[in-house]
Amino acid sequence: MDDSSAGRSQGTAMTRRGLLQKGGGAAVGLGLVGFLTWVGVRSADAIPVWAVRPPGALPEPDFLGTCLRCGLCVRACPYDILTLAETGSGVAPGTPYFMPRKAPCEMCPEIPCVKACPSGALDHGLTDIAKARMGLAVLADQETCLAFLGLRCEVCFQVCPVMNKAITLEMRPNLRSGKHVHFLPTVHSEHCTGCGKCEKGCVLEEAAIRVFPHATVKGSLGKHYRVGWEEKKKAGHALIPEPLSMPVRRPGDGSALHPESFTLPGHLPGEGP
Amino acid sequence: MKKPMAGEEAIEKKGWWSAHRWLVWRRLSQVGVLGLFLLGPALDVWLIQGNLSASLFLDTLPMTDPLLFLQLLATSGMPATQAVLGFVVVLVLYGLLGGRLFCSWVCPVNPITDLAGWMRRRFGISGGWRGDRRIRYAVFLAVVVSAGLSGLMVWEWINPMSLLHRGLIFGVWSGWLAVVGIFLFDLILSPHGWCGRLCPTGAVYALLGRRTPLAVSAVRRDACTDCRACHQVCPEAAVIDPALKGAVKGVGPRITGMECTRCGRCIDVCPDEVFEFDFHLPNISRVVP
Ligand code: SF4
Ligand code: SF4
Ligand code: SF4
Ligand code: SF4
Ligand code: SF4
Repeated sequence: MDDSSAGRSQGTAMTRRGLLQKGGGAAVGLGLVGFLTWVGVRSADAIPVWAVRPPGALPEPDFLGTCLRCGLCVRACPYDILTLAETGSGVAPGTPYFMPRKAPCEMCPEIPCVKACPSGALDHGLTDIAKARMGLAVLADQETCLAFLGLRCEVCFQVCPVMNKAITLEMRPNLRSGKHVHFLPTVHSEHCTGCGKCEKGCVLEEAAIRVFPHATVKGSLGKHYRVGWEEKKKAGHALIPEPLSMPVRRPGDGSALHPESFTLPGHLPGEGP
Repeated sequence: MKKPMAGEEAIEKKGWWSAHRWLVWRRLSQVGVLGLFLLGPALDVWLIQGNLSASLFLDTLPMTDPLLFLQLLATSGMPATQAVLGFVVVLVLYGLLGGRLFCSWVCPVNPITDLAGWMRRRFGISGGWRGDRRIRYAVFLAVVVSAGLSGLMVWEWINPMSLLHRGLIFGVWSGWLAVVGIFLFDLILSPHGWCGRLCPTGAVYALLGRRTPLAVSAVRRDACTDCRACHQVCPEAAVIDPALKGAVKGVGPRITGMECTRCGRCIDVCPDEVFEFDFHLPNISRVVP
């Protein structure tokens, strides 16, 4: 054992001190595994809300296990929007991100950033930039958005590269004036790429519409939820026998109080009281 | 009474140039590599892109840091083609030139630890932790295992080598943290502490260079006067004696210890010109008659 292990790396004889130090190596190693794994688990959370990953980025924990921190994507971006993160910035050090309000993704049809990525952290399966999901725009502040104040702004709607799909204008009556209409910018997650052009374009001092990580803002219906009118369309007919008669409550009429005029819960129509 | 600084006798005997030749070439190489990377961001001349973690030379030749590649294997199983190709290129390149040639000719950390080592010699600082030099292989394993366990490249949160190079090329300030930390560690806490005992990147390159054709050889070892100048300057002094003193055992004169960084400083400081670079296939420690 003396010769093989000592000769292999140092050519010094194995002494008791050597043995102790060998144990030291194992201890350092184990300690480091523990420490690093702890660091990793602590920082694997979703990316901070103000930072957006380049197109095609894998979901956050996978991204952190794949990105080599090489910056080839940063170099490939013709608009120079990407940055490698500083230590302590909140984004894992050395990984690429952009801040839409500073410079949004221009959604290059060739997607050079993805092509340049050597590791697959930016998924090479992404070939249609409209399918990128870097984040999700949200009209976060309805108190300052000019459209909600009743003005015709709609700049975000105009600059959106997926115009009229990712953002549509929904008309709502202006109850304050009583005679006008709000044109409310409304984001649709099935089309929004998260490029951030809307956030960049928002005319306010601080943007009212912003791009956030999906995990931060996207809700999810429980599995048991069905949207009635969609199910009805799918099936081609109503899923329960119609109509379900409900009591009509009118002041003064009093009919709602007559037990025979409505079906009690638990009774199916036609069953009788 | 005080021993002369290593190299003084060599300067006297051989002149300044011969006593610093490889050191100068090495510094030029380090500056040159850095310059090549900086040419893009500074002057918009893109010969090489990326950084030492992964790069692309002339838009065609990829290179991947072997430690990052192994972490990538541990976390994701199957990396994309370019990362694999880059790893193979590095494997071949450093397999031929000597694994830790990377350390002394390319890595930006080396000038810092060299400076700390020089200051230790200059000011007679000798104390500090002298942990077993094999600890770096434990650190290497720890880095890969923790990547596998966590599914993240956790080492890259603190890897000083990549922090520094990325910092220099992409203007990220945290690189300076790595510089100061490593310099003080080597100067005060441990002689050759970082590069000689702990750095897992150096460990991987050492493993790559086990059978390299390029090595330093103590060809004229019978001329050795035991001045120990080579031992004073060598960052991995343990690799010298098996070759230098191997004649009685019938080994050498090539330095085959995989930790040798091929810095050639021993060639410089030897007043009696015992060492020289030696390239031959296959790599065996042959005895020169
Ligand atoms: S799609 Fe174009 S603008 Fe957007 S990050 Fe990639 S290279 Fe930059
Ligand atoms: S090119 Fe890929 S591996 Fe390199 S920094 Fe960008 S995302 Fe990470
Ligand atoms: S981020 Fe804004 S601009 Fe970009 S696609 Fe989504 S809604 Fe449109
Ligand atoms: S650009 Fe800004 S203020 Fe104008 S409608 Fe869009 S979110 Fe509202
Ligand atoms: S041991 Fe590590 S830090 Fe030191 S020169 Fe080699 S790779 Fe660089």
